Amino acid sequence: MSADSLLAAATTPGIADLLLEFGVVLFVLGIAGGLIRRVGLSPVPLYLLAGLILGEGGFVGLDASTGFLRVGAELGLILLLLTLGLEFSSDEFTSVLRRHVPSGVVDFALNAPPGAIAGWFILDSWVGALVMGGVTWVSSSGIVARVVHDLGRLANRETPSVLAVLVLEDIVMAAYLPFVAVVVVGGSFAAIAIAVTASVTAVLVVILGSRHFGERIGRRLTDAEDEQVLLRVLGITLIVAGLTTLLDASAAVGAFVVGLALTGQAAERSRALLSPLRDLFAAVFFVSFGLSVDPGTLPPVLLAASVLAAVTLVTKVLTGWYAAARDGAGPRGRMRAGLVLAARGEFAVVIAGLAVTAGYEDAGPLTAAYVLILAVVSPILARFGDFFAKPFLAKPVMV
Amino acid sequence: MDVVETLLPGVGRRYEFGLDDGQRLCIVSTRDDHYIVSTFDRNDPDVGLTLFELDEDEAVTMAEILGAPRIAVKLADLTREVPGLASEQVEIADGSTFDGQTLGDTQLRTRTGSSVVALVRDDRVLASPEPSQDLVGGDVLVVIGTTEGIAKARSILETQ
Repeated sequence: MSADSLLAAATTPGIADLLLEFGVVLFVLGIAGGLIRRVGLSPVPLYLLAGLILGEGGFVGLDASTGFLRVGAELGLILLLLTLGLEFSSDEFTSVLRRHVPSGVVDFALNAPPGAIAGWFILDSWVGALVMGGVTWVSSSGIVARVVHDLGRLANRETPSVLAVLVLEDIVMAAYLPFVAVVVVGGSFAAIAIAVTASVTAVLVVILGSRHFGERIGRRLTDAEDEQVLLRVLGITLIVAGLTTLLDASAAVGAFVVGLALTGQAAERSRALLSPLRDLFAAVFFVSFGLSVDPGTLPPVLLAASVLAAVTLVTKVLTGWYAAARDGAGPRGRMRAGLVLAARGEFAVVIAGLAVTAGYEDAGPLTAAYVLILAVVSPILARFGDFFAKPFLAKPVMV
Repeated sequence: MDVVETLLPGVGRRYEFGLDDGQRLCIVSTRDDHYIVSTFDRNDPDVGLTLFELDEDEAVTMAEILGAPRIAVKLADLTREVPGLASEQVEIADGSTFDGQTLGDTQLRTRTGSSVVALVRDDRVLASPEPSQDLVGGDVLVVIGTTEGIAKARSILETQ
């Protein structure tokens, strides 16, 4: 492109509108997010709210930047899953698998059914049941890890079990996400089976392979200056995500696998380089999910979402209670574990996002309302775990 | 001493052990090499109370003060406990091939199966040196492995 046409493109009214809209949205979210962080809450519900307000049927309509937001949201999803994969090493997977598989089973058995039942009745289909089961099952790794950190609980006895539950959910997501991605587009039984087998195999191969080759591949990939490392890692991730999309297995899974494959120094470096980018595009992803939901559709599902939130708050507390008890924590530690785990966030939105894109639009408002409630309520309640545990203490504690 | 080590996925590692006076101590080492040292609440023994936090340099200083010189002694005990495992000290002579190179350049682990667990320079002991650690003449490496492995390591390190 010549300099003249570049200049022309830069000054077209479309671009100006896009820059203005996107800039205002980011700036307002940055200011509001600061306030929200000050009171110890996650910005995720804020992003969703912003999307609802800005979207179709909302108070202010965005139009110039919707195309850009759609691409940005896809990047956000990929970066969320990539950094999630980078978080965990295969050592951590194996240590969690050795100790906490029963916690993972309890987690699934208690938390997926309420959502599945709600999905069956409210969304009126077994696909709805499958999707909503996932929504209520999976805690928000982002919110939970943040709250544990903010409340200074890293040294607490219940914390390893809390993190173990998150890791287990994330492992299972590697199989569940492609499954949902295929099912919502209405694939045949064979297509579903192939997609799931392929992605589970890919994840297993990568987890095992990264123990042996991860270090070497990672060193090749990250043996350069920051700028080149960023481009290489992001490039590889997009390629793999593109390939998995071609195979109908959702870009998210491909990105997750790349994250898992990078270990040690390479993972650490990529994490540091990619997290600012992840923060930006994850915000776009959440806003964009909010945009896809018409706020007018929220009030009718508000009651159902509240009941579902209340029920699955209790089931998550039971999950945390069980998991923390396995690590020898007392009633207060168990209660703290349960309440902090109750936050649902990015994964719920990712799952519902797959369904909405595939035409199950009813999953959108229900999930949005549900996540808005639990992403706010859980971090607040988590502060008062000791209070809620009082009835379970055997005897009054002498000071 | 009975140190319980737990992985904290996404965070780092957590070590916990009991003190003679009945208190318990917990050290969380995060991935970005911060160390959070805590005791536990008397009312709720599951709650960690942070005593202090150390960054990488501070932790190294503290470790040196507290115990690195004792590592060699500990190693001797360890090799006595595991049959077939030996530990020896090998000096990098002045003018050795590896004078001025890094520990990684020696490729000791790949070539001999033995590991360098500490490096003694003057009267300072560096525990678990990284492959990027530079070597200079006069350094003493504490090598641990099988007797044959150590002999091989010695012949590699002593090439001029």
